[in-house]
Amino acid sequence: MSYSDSDSKTVDPKRRRMLVASTAGVGVVGAAAFAAPLLASWMPSARALNAGAPVDVNISKIEPGQLLRVIWQGKPVWIVSRSQEMLDALESNEKLLADPNCSVTAQQPEYARNATRSRKPEILVTVGICTHLGCSPTYIPDFGDASMGADWKGGFYCPCHGSRFDMSGRVFKNVPAPTNLLVPPYYYKSDDLILVGESGGKA
Amino acid sequence: MAAKEKSELNGVLGWVDERFPLMETWKAHMSEYYAPKNFNVWYYFGVLAMVVLVIQIVSGIFLTMHYKPDTELAFASVEYIMRDVPGGWFIRYMHATGASAFFVVVYFHMFRGVMYGSYKGKRELIWLVGMVIYLALMAEAFMGYLLPWGQMSFWGAQVIINLFQTIPFIGDGLSLFIRGDFVIGDATLNRLFAFHVAAVPLVLVGLVFVHIVALHTVGSNNPDGVEIKKLKDDKGVPLDGIPFHPYYTVHDIPAIVVFLMVFFAVLFFVPEMSGYFLEYANFEPANPLKTPEHIAPVWYFTPFYTVLRAVTLSPFMGTLAMFGAIACLFALPFLDRNPIKSWRYRTTAHMLNLAIFAAVFIILGYLGVKSVSPEYKEMGVRMTEIYFMFFAVIFIHSKANASRYITGFIVLMIAIILIDVIRYNGEDPITAAQIKWQWIWPVGYLALTLLIPAFVKSWNTEGTVPERVTYEH
Repeated sequence: MSYSDSDSKTVDPKRRRMLVASTAGVGVVGAAAFAAPLLASWMPSARALNAGAPVDVNISKIEPGQLLRVIWQGKPVWIVSRSQEMLDALESNEKLLADPNCSVTAQQPEYARNATRSRKPEILVTVGICTHLGCSPTYIPDFGDASMGADWKGGFYCPCHGSRFDMSGRVFKNVPAPTNLLVPPYYYKSDDLILVGESGGKA
Repeated sequence: MAAKEKSELNGVLGWVDERFPLMETWKAHMSEYYAPKNFNVWYYFGVLAMVVLVIQIVSGIFLTMHYKPDTELAFASVEYIMRDVPGGWFIRYMHATGASAFFVVVYFHMFRGVMYGSYKGKRELIWLVGMVIYLALMAEAFMGYLLPWGQMSFWGAQVIINLFQTIPFIGDGLSLFIRGDFVIGDATLNRLFAFHVAAVPLVLVGLVFVHIVALHTVGSNNPDGVEIKKLKDDKGVPLDGIPFHPYYTVHDIPAIVVFLMVFFAVLFFVPEMSGYFLEYANFEPANPLKTPEHIAPVWYFTPFYTVLRAVTLSPFMGTLAMFGAIACLFALPFLDRNPIKSWRYRTTAHMLNLAIFAAVFIILGYLGVKSVSPEYKEMGVRMTEIYFMFFAVIFIHSKANASRYITGFIVLMIAIILIDVIRYNGEDPITAAQIKWQWIWPVGYLALTLLIPAFVKSWNTEGTVPERVTYEH
C-alpha cells in the first residue's frame, strides 16, 4: 500500500533536509528583500541631501575678542576675532596641548596648518562642535577665568564632557576630545567677506 | 493544554474554559503558583515595576493624542498639553514622574536579585531577560526625552547618537543612518517617536511576559536562597510555599498603595524634582547652535555617563567602557559561581563587595550630574575602576579561598598601577596631584574585599544555608 510512504522508514532524510534548507534559504532571501527598503528609508532623504551650500559672512563689524556664529550645513561655525594678547599667549599653551602642530591633517585645510590655524592670524574660522560627542563648546575668552583656573589663556570649554580647547581650537591633553576643532574650508572674497564651505581657486 | 470536555466553571466562563486554557493559566500563575512565604520588603519592586509599566502605557497613549512629532511644533505642543489641554499637565507629569519611578523600582529590583543570588539555580535566563528589559527601558527613556524638543532633548540626543559615530570605520555611516540627516532634525525626531510609542513598548511588554513565564517555570527565589521545591507535602505543595493568590496579591496591595502615595506626592508637589526628573534647560526650545552651560543626563543615566567621561583614551574607548559597564551586568550569573545564593550565608567579604558596589554606583551617579573639576574627574576614574573590578572580585569570591584572594589582589593591583603609569603626566601638575592621592579608593576597595579577608578568618567564613526558610522578626 502506498500509505506507508509517510512512515519514517520510507522518508528520504537527505531529500527532506535539502527541501528544508532550500525553503529556509528562500525565506531568508525574502526577509532580506523585505527589510532592505525599510532600512533604506532611514537614509537621508533627497531634501536633506540638498541642504549644505556655502555661506557668506561679513566680518567688517567684528570686534577683537568677539565671536560670530553662522550656520553652515546645519552646524554652528564660529568666526572669532583674536586680540594681539590672545595670539601672543598661544605659544605658552603648547606643552599642554595634545596636537599643537596640527598633525591630524583631516581637521583643517592645508592653509590652516599653523599655530593660529587660520589664513589670517587674527580671524579664526572653526566648526563649533566638540570633536568628542558633538556638543557646542562655550567660548570663554577671559584670561584666568574663575571657573577655568589661573593658567587659562582664553579658549573653549565643552560643558558636556569637560573638553578644553585653546584660542586656536587646539585640544588640551587629558580631555575626552581626541582632536582639534575642525576648520572648515573657507576663503576671503574680500577683506571683509569670508565664504565658508569652499577653499576658493587660490590656495 | 488538552481541551477539556467539561470545565469546572459554569456559565460564560465555563464556555470559554472549554475553548481556552482559562482555569489552567489562572492556576499555574496565580492560585496554584507557590511562592516562598518569607518574602521581605525587597520583593515588592517587581510588582511595582508592573504598576509603573501600566501607568506609562496609559498616560503615554493619552499624551500621543495631543503631541506633534515635528521640530516646528513639538515644543509648542508639549506646552499646549501643559497649559490648554484639560488635565494635560496631570497626564504629562504622570508620564515624566513615571519614567523616573520606573528606574527607581528597577534599580531596587536588580539589587535585590544581586543580594539574594536570584540569578542562580536555573534562573540565569530570568536575569538575562531582565537585563534586556533594562536596556529596552533605557532606550525608551532616551527616546522619550527627545520628544519635547527642548535644549536637553536636543543636546542629549546629539551626544547619544554621536556615541555610535565613535565606532571605527562604520561610525560615520551608522550615525548618519540613525539620524536620517547630517544633523539631528525632523527625520530623527519622527523616527524616535515611532520607536518610543510603538516598537519599544511592544518589545517591552513581550519581554515582561517572557520574564514572568521563565520565573514561574523555575519558581521564585527568596531572602534565604532556599529552594522551596525541594521539600513538599504529600499533595506536592512546597512546605515553605503559599499560593500567590490570594496571599501575595493581597499582600502586595498595601505596598502599591504606599507607592502610589509617594508617586502622587512627587507628581503634585515636586514634579520636576528640582531639575532631576525634568531638567530646567529643557524648558527652552532646542537650539542647534548653543549647548546649555551645564549639561547632564537625567539622573538614571548619570552613573554610565561618568564612566563615559572618565575614559579619555579615545572616544571609542569611552563608548566601549560605557556600554561595557552595562554589558558586565549581563554576565553576573556566570561570574558569581558560588553555590550559596543569599548574601546572608556568604562571607563578610562578599557582603562588603556588594555594599561598596551599590555605594560606588550612587557616587558615579552623583559625579554624573556635577560638572568636571580635576578632583571630580579623577574620582570618576577611580570609581569606574572599582565598578569594573567588582565583577572580577565577585568571580574571585566564588570560592572562599585565601590564596585565590591574594592572587586576585595582586593581578588587580598590577592593572591599577599600569593604568596610572599610562595616565601620569608630570607636566600637568593638577591632574598628577589628583592621581597621587585618589589611588586610595581602588586600593582601599581591594584591601577590604580581598586582602584583609585573606588573612582575617571571620571576614571569610561562609554560613550554613538552612533547610527551611527563616524569618527576620
